[in-house]
Amino acid sequence: MKKLMMGAVIACLPFTANVYAQAQDGGTINVVVQPEPPSLMIGMYSNATTQQVGGNIFEGLMRYDKDLVPHPLLATSWENSADGKTWTFHLKEGVVWHDGKPFTSADVVFSIDKLLRETNARLRTSLEFVESITAPDDYTVVFQLKQPFGPFIRLFEVGTTPMLPKHIYEGTDYKLNPANHHPIGTGPFVFKEWQKGSFIHLAKNENYHVQGLPHIEELYWHVIPDAASRSVAFETGKIDVLPGGSVENFDVPRLSELDNVCVTTDGWEFFSPHAWLWLNNRQGPTADKRFRQAVMYAMDREFAKSVLWNDYGKIAKGPVGSKTTFFDESIPDYEYNPKKAKALLEDMGYDGSPVRLMAMPYGETWQRWTEVIKQNLEDVGIKTKIVSTDVAGWNQKIADWDYDISFTYLYQYGDPALGVSRTYLSSNIAKGSPWNNAEGYVNKQIDQWFNEAAVAFPDTKREELYSKIQHQIVEDVPVAWLMELEFPTIYNCKVQNLVDSAIGINDAFGTAWIKQ
Amino acid sequence: MSVQTLIYIAGRLVKGAMVLLVIAIFNFFLIRMAPGDPAQVMAGEAGATDEIFLQQLREQFGLDQPLYYQLWIYVSNLLQFDMGITYRQQMPVFDLIMDRMPATLLLTGAAFALSLLLGVLAGVVAAAKHRKFMDSVITVAALIFYATPLFWLAMMAALFFSVYLEWLPSFGMQTVGENLTGWEKIKDIGLHLILPATTLGLFFTAVYARMTRTSMIETSRLDFVKTAKAKGMKPSRVTTHHVLRNALLPVVTLAGLQAGQLIGGAVLTETVFAWPGIGRLMFEALFQRDYNLLLGVFFISSAMVVLFNLVTDVIYCVVDPRIELSK
Repeated sequence: MKKLMMGAVIACLPFTANVYAQAQDGGTINVVVQPEPPSLMIGMYSNATTQQVGGNIFEGLMRYDKDLVPHPLLATSWENSADGKTWTFHLKEGVVWHDGKPFTSADVVFSIDKLLRETNARLRTSLEFVESITAPDDYTVVFQLKQPFGPFIRLFEVGTTPMLPKHIYEGTDYKLNPANHHPIGTGPFVFKEWQKGSFIHLAKNENYHVQGLPHIEELYWHVIPDAASRSVAFETGKIDVLPGGSVENFDVPRLSELDNVCVTTDGWEFFSPHAWLWLNNRQGPTADKRFRQAVMYAMDREFAKSVLWNDYGKIAKGPVGSKTTFFDESIPDYEYNPKKAKALLEDMGYDGSPVRLMAMPYGETWQRWTEVIKQNLEDVGIKTKIVSTDVAGWNQKIADWDYDISFTYLYQYGDPALGVSRTYLSSNIAKGSPWNNAEGYVNKQIDQWFNEAAVAFPDTKREELYSKIQHQIVEDVPVAWLMELEFPTIYNCKVQNLVDSAIGINDAFGTAWIKQ
Repeated sequence: MSVQTLIYIAGRLVKGAMVLLVIAIFNFFLIRMAPGDPAQVMAGEAGATDEIFLQQLREQFGLDQPLYYQLWIYVSNLLQFDMGITYRQQMPVFDLIMDRMPATLLLTGAAFALSLLLGVLAGVVAAAKHRKFMDSVITVAALIFYATPLFWLAMMAALFFSVYLEWLPSFGMQTVGENLTGWEKIKDIGLHLILPATTLGLFFTAVYARMTRTSMIETSRLDFVKTAKAKGMKPSRVTTHHVLRNALLPVVTLAGLQAGQLIGGAVLTETVFAWPGIGRLMFEALFQRDYNLLLGVFFISSAMVVLFNLVTDVIYCVVDPRIELSK
């Protein structure tokens, strides 16, 4: 038995120490932000763009590299007890908030136990496993768990668990606190100005706690609502960075081939966006397992990948993404095979009753993907009717279970207990939310395995359980997996060391620099 | 202005206020017929949520109350000139709209002035050169601009002038990060204004040109024009003083319509050129189901329409003193 699982012991050697030697200071970076975030207060709004901007103002206790290995940030080291139930974090000394007040263990306890517990739905679920959070001294925090909780070590990136200033939020109505409009964090950039509808301006934090960082002086996030205009803005050189997904896929090859333009698909490892088709397990033909398997065989996913996604991404084998921990390579494939699909439909005696295919209103690519799927399904004899709606309507229809087939993609957060089980646990069936078990899949065996796997200790036991889960779910096909998406970040090559963590652009600018 | 006219205007204002109230109530129900609510949209963008979070949001927004109560709150606030708080930005709706108002007025005002001047001028020239080459050029150009979709024109203009020629900026209202002041700032905003104002103005330029031309040609056949010509008046003076003044009435009507759209009529242009105006605010509020904000923009836009209808009527009697305002 291992005595202690030591965290990183070499403090302040994040993953790019050797690059610092030649890094140049100074310069301004212009980035696109779309849609305009509702707020930069990352502790209360977990919108993608809130995280993109706020991740430079706020920080988590750790930063994760592309293999999801945690590195020190606000915590310098951490250790887990032999029974896996006690985690002790040692904090960095001498860190100050943007208003000059010191950052201590009291802030950590307040952020997690009080504020985020109330405002962050995703963290709240994980905190169920935590018995107590205490601060024996100013620079130590101890988490006492009810049971060992495998994913615990993956909870501390800035988007999930941002550190928030206790002296500003304690005793106030969090949502109405004026600091939400003028966020105060510990991160490499301080908030300067936000002209609603135009731009957000951040500037270098002169008192940043990592020596020599950040290199960049000014950051501007431009709000450009039209996708084609974002491409044009990048072409004219007014924009340096297009975060993944901010231009339409059909513009990606053209922009990538411009002079002095770099492209990377790194920086999504923590999220590993997983796309699938919701199949309503409750009613209609989709309630039959054979029909759902037929859908898997009917889809030409390679075609969609190469035509709609410019060959970025990967065909999804099952519920767990290949970059997520405990992914099992050995699960069987559903290859493109219309004959098998037809045979399955014949076997179940499919009567040709039409199914509704609801498009996802997230831009052109999804619209076209809907048309591709319709074509695939009709080719094997499934009568398909496309239903269109906008974002609010789409959310509502999934949440009310008023659909036959629809699209979605969700983040995996590095661990099946954080980002996978929520879609398949029968305890997660509840009207009103489109991010739970909205397909209505019920398998008691799967429920049991998922619940055991979340708290199994050590990791080898978890791995075993997640393998069993993956084999069974792939057989049941509660949803039809499409792709592990990759959103290429397109940027001017003068920006160096842009993406160097598993959350990519969300905490990128503290370590990036500009080649003069 | 006579007392009678003032009484007429006061009466119209009172009627206008009542119309606005009815519109506000109608809008209130209209936007709630759309599926989904702001809590769901916000949770949707977060990508993960639970019932507690949605419930918190709905309580915060007051959406957990029965609909008639929400309407009562809304209308009684509105009567005290309070449009509520936006769900998304947590700012007073009125402040947010006023924040965006100058940008929109600058854009639509510039487009309005441009199209009116250019349109009427083109119409007058075309009418004066009736059935000649110049007339054909203007008529064909007007037809093309009239028929071309705005967003396409905007995109092409951006590609040509910003990407290919590199003359004009393609997005935003000013160069950020340079802290320009004085003339430099005005010049900067002016440069940013050219593309959006032109694309927005072209459609109405075409409309005014066609309208003015037709109206001028018709008027120039009337007897009093013949009389003027017979008196030996200079042709240019006949055109400006006799024909144009009489031909202008339908143009004023159209201009009144366009002016009513000054607030909310630039959605596409503002979106394509990332102009930080009200049209975009409205468009985004619609998709985000930000009821208060959307209702606020609707309210102010409809107030503008009511107001400009009145202004148009007053201008009628300036242009044509034979028209009298009365109930």
